[in-house]
Amino acid sequence: MTVATARAEVSYLEAISQALDEEMARDERVFLLGEDIGQYGGAFKITEGFLQKYGEWRVLDTPLAESGFVGAAIGAAMMGMRPVVEMQFADFISCAFDQITEVAAKNHYRWGAAVPIVIRAPFGGGVHGGPFHSECPEGWFFHSPGLKIVAPATPYDAKGLLKAAIRDPNPVLYFEHKYLYRRIKAVLPEGDAVVPIGKAEVKRPGTDISLITYGAMLHLALEAAETLSQEGIELEVLDLRTLIPLDTDAIYASVRKTSKAIILHEDNKTGGIGAEIAARLTEDCFDHLDGPVMRIAPPDTPVPFSTPLEEFFLPKASDVIEAARKLAAY
Amino acid sequence: MDPSADVRGIKRSDLLQMYYHLRLTRSLEDRITALYRQGRIVGGVYTSHGMEAIAVGYASALEPHDVVAPFHRDIGAFLIRGFSPGEIIAQYLGKRAGPTKGKDGNVHMGDLKRGVIGFVSHLADNLPVAAGAALAFKIRGESRVVFAGTGDGGTSRGDFHEAMNLAAVRKLPVVIFCNNNQYAYSTPLRYQMAIADVVERAKAYGMPGEIADGNDVAAVYLASKRAIAKARAGEGPTFLEFKTMRMHGHSEHDPAKYVPRELLEEWTKKDPILKAEALLRQLQYGEDAYFQEVGERAKKEIDAGVEFAEQSPLPDGPEVLEGVFATEDEVGP
Ligand SMILES: Cc1ncc(C[n+]2csc(CCOP(=O)(O)OP(=O)(O)O)c2C)c(N)n1
Repeated sequence: MTVATARAEVSYLEAISQALDEEMARDERVFLLGEDIGQYGGAFKITEGFLQKYGEWRVLDTPLAESGFVGAAIGAAMMGMRPVVEMQFADFISCAFDQITEVAAKNHYRWGAAVPIVIRAPFGGGVHGGPFHSECPEGWFFHSPGLKIVAPATPYDAKGLLKAAIRDPNPVLYFEHKYLYRRIKAVLPEGDAVVPIGKAEVKRPGTDISLITYGAMLHLALEAAETLSQEGIELEVLDLRTLIPLDTDAIYASVRKTSKAIILHEDNKTGGIGAEIAARLTEDCFDHLDGPVMRIAPPDTPVPFSTPLEEFFLPKASDVIEAARKLAAY
Repeated sequence: MDPSADVRGIKRSDLLQMYYHLRLTRSLEDRITALYRQGRIVGGVYTSHGMEAIAVGYASALEPHDVVAPFHRDIGAFLIRGFSPGEIIAQYLGKRAGPTKGKDGNVHMGDLKRGVIGFVSHLADNLPVAAGAALAFKIRGESRVVFAGTGDGGTSRGDFHEAMNLAAVRKLPVVIFCNNNQYAYSTPLRYQMAIADVVERAKAYGMPGEIADGNDVAAVYLASKRAIAKARAGEGPTFLEFKTMRMHGHSEHDPAKYVPRELLEEWTKKDPILKAEALLRQLQYGEDAYFQEVGERAKKEIDAGVEFAEQSPLPDGPEVLEGVFATEDEVGP
């Protein structure tokens, strides 16, 4: 007898929590460390109940010392563990910058030691967090060989990419967008759905312009694509999902099809990921381009606090629509 | 002066083995310095000249399944962990036979299979890493200890303090040591910290600390043994300050004119090899003929190492592209 039960919708946040729980149950080498993740369940409650379930040596509340506990994760990983670090807010990852870029990223290259750690970093704006709780710091690490960087935009990808990150033998920075935590929900399939690192996904196929994005901006892109479709402009929305290794095959395939590209991200413009993609497109796809590669990104300022300022700062669907109209006219 | 009961408790064979490693370290570094002066080593050379007793002492106190995160003047620890002189010289010459295959130089090498965590230039960065390795042992209930250190300069870094604190609150099986050789490059201790003894720093973390004579291999060995035993028994971390003096410049290019001559003269008399010989004589474990024979044996080994390293090939340029990412089969020691 099979009873079809409607599966409940899962939020982006619950998807992350499920991935952690399933990986901890699957592999006893997986353990968590970070500030306030035990009894309190983490600043965003992602690890709520984990302490009771897995005990104090698999869910470790750490001192307030990002470099120290990221370093500790590195050491434990080298001894064969699979630590997952929670950075309370991605902004504080700057305190651990040295351990991430100098130790985790370089150890394997220098002397062959694998460092299978995951650093979960709740990032992004739209939550009135101000300059120190809204940052998108992925660009700092994008320049650092030896790291992998993922930034899921949907509950499915959030869960699948976290599983992949935990199973990856390399240091993976997992940028989870705070704005999406409770706003984006989906029904997840049953079973162990792992999303491979390094693969972008076309979230909406189109023929006229490739819109390349990741993180919370995906949802803005899809909204703009819907509006533009009514005007007869079909955006192809490519969600990068992984920033390192960058899926240039998928980027190039899309741009060869549409001949036009817009890159949209929430990290500020100068030296951001969009700059790299634009440069690669001119190097490798110049013959296919029918217009300038455009970038939509916030201005080069810290993320502001006050509502009108933050609204001005963050990209809007109207920015995408305006850029797409201009580009379509080429 | 009569050797203490503790020193008498060290096995004769262990003491003789430590003496041999002191001589091997000195020979190896003297040869590396000579190669550097001949312009055959590109890049920096940092020696432990006059401080050999520290690495030899602590590495001799560890069990094979323990782990070390050596400091940049701890070449003796590599030798004791089974790195051959040839392999080490190959590393200095940038040869493929070096542990990093030419990717990195000098003491920036490691090997998890031999329980050695590779040194990172950013001083004190390896101390949180060492605490994390100890954390892995604690989580898994393994009776293994991690031994990690830095210099007096390195103890000013945040990572030193973050590691000390983390190790203390979680009672991790780690021993953190400092070689207090009185200078950090050209900066004397009085401009490094406003306290006389580095060990004071451990108090802030509720961590027991001990000062030992860093030029006395037996003293280093005994202090290390005590700290290791505590860590292994689940009593948590210890901080050890080994007092010594940096007898060469910061690196071989540095004539160290900032160090007063008298200070060096005073410390020359406390050379760790001379000290070890005095002890062995007192205990009647050896005399001049024996010391000479060990010295010759060490020199021969170094000669063979140089030959091996010189004959081994340099890496090919495109090998630069290899190894950025690890594969699954490389995870763990
Ligand atoms: C974070 C960092 N800053 C600066 C340096 C450059 N540097 C290398 S060794 C050194 C002095 C180290 O002194 P100390 O820790 O006392 O060790 P010693 O070399 O005297 O044994 C300095 C400043 C470095 N390696 N790391």
